[in-house]
Amino acid sequence: MKIAVTGLNNIDNPGPGVPVIRGLKDSGNFDGSIIGLVYDSLEPGMYMDNVSDRNYLIPYPSNGLEVLYSRLEYINEIEHIDVLIPTLDSELYGFTKLAPKLEELGIKTFLPTTDNLNMRAKDKLFDFCEANEIRSPKNILATSIQDLYTIPSEFNYPVAVKGIFYDAYICNNFDEAKTAFHKISHKWGLPIIIQEFVKGDEYNVCALGDGSGETIGAVAMKKLYITDKGKGWAGISVKDETLINLSNKIMKALKWKSGSELEFVKEKNSNQYYLLEINPRFPAWVYLSVAAGQNLPYALYQLALGKKVEKFEDYEVGKIFIRYSWDLITDIKKFEEVAIKGELVNKPL
Amino acid sequence: MTAFSIPSNLAVSENGFLFVPTTGETFTLNKIGISIFKLIQKGADSDEIIDALSEEYDVDKINLEKDFTDFINQLKHHNLIEEK
Repeated sequence: MKIAVTGLNNIDNPGPGVPVIRGLKDSGNFDGSIIGLVYDSLEPGMYMDNVSDRNYLIPYPSNGLEVLYSRLEYINEIEHIDVLIPTLDSELYGFTKLAPKLEELGIKTFLPTTDNLNMRAKDKLFDFCEANEIRSPKNILATSIQDLYTIPSEFNYPVAVKGIFYDAYICNNFDEAKTAFHKISHKWGLPIIIQEFVKGDEYNVCALGDGSGETIGAVAMKKLYITDKGKGWAGISVKDETLINLSNKIMKALKWKSGSELEFVKEKNSNQYYLLEINPRFPAWVYLSVAAGQNLPYALYQLALGKKVEKFEDYEVGKIFIRYSWDLITDIKKFEEVAIKGELVNKPL
Repeated sequence: MTAFSIPSNLAVSENGFLFVPTTGETFTLNKIGISIFKLIQKGADSDEIIDALSEEYDVDKINLEKDFTDFINQLKHHNLIEEK
């Protein structure tokens, strides 16, 4: 078996590729090869030991689907990929559209539908929540600075200013909101989401849906340490039936197919959970789910192969992940291989 | 006299490390805190705990009661005990 995985960018805002691969390898049932699909010649995952066997540069989604497809076709001629697991938000629309053509090449995927992706999109999330009686912070969509003037009448500062795909800033006044608007719109485009700030502790759930409304598994985590970029650098598995039931309800309403990360905040006074975001892929901390007893990446791989997967009923609480940085030393020969050929072989065919 | 109970899901270690599995919160008790928590676990009420502590420590009862009440209020604030 050969599994291609993206998101090997194990940087300070890491992609989920490496932990997904760790999960596959830890299952004890996988003796195939891992093909890393990378966007940059310095994605750390491809240089790490025992992560990927061979790696190929692929074009950014902004280059168009045809370019991506022809690159994948080329890679597939060499590798004969069985399953492809994309793990990054920005590439999912593209891979979802390509899925039928990939299937013709013999490459299986287990991806959300375009409807799935649209329903949970940051600019549509509030409507989805309202329709399904799920608490969510109020938001407005800003397409110009002018829209920011409506903030005080809609809800008070502080507010969360968010990009359509990435980036979020907590802003305490109009000036901060304006700066955040410019920063995010310059990088990620419009609209910008202005979200009511709900005070409380954040909880995230890593979940896998089978596409019929069933949740195959779900593990909740509380961040213990957050970087200045707002990323969890340490977290602990927790279990609150209310939170897990709410996650199951969301997966059911979406008929979610694939991995996901549900982000909640537990409002300080009411102790009610508010849904902040649904990320359409496994989080970078997905390996905690494996450690807690739910190997969700391996379950997704099995689902992609069309196998029946039993639902996980439980997991261990009190498991902690702590990320760390490590200066990996490699040789310029390897870098040259990627830069010149767009390929890096760790283990030959 | 007040009786207390400890939430069934609270994980308590011998070293006085408390972990709330639903919220991920952790707490550390000092030596006296551990003694009080163990007495609560055994089902002792407030009077019994105060009596036991005054036997164990050289402290006047008024201060002991004050500190005990403060500690109990903290435990209640963090939902680590419930009053029966």
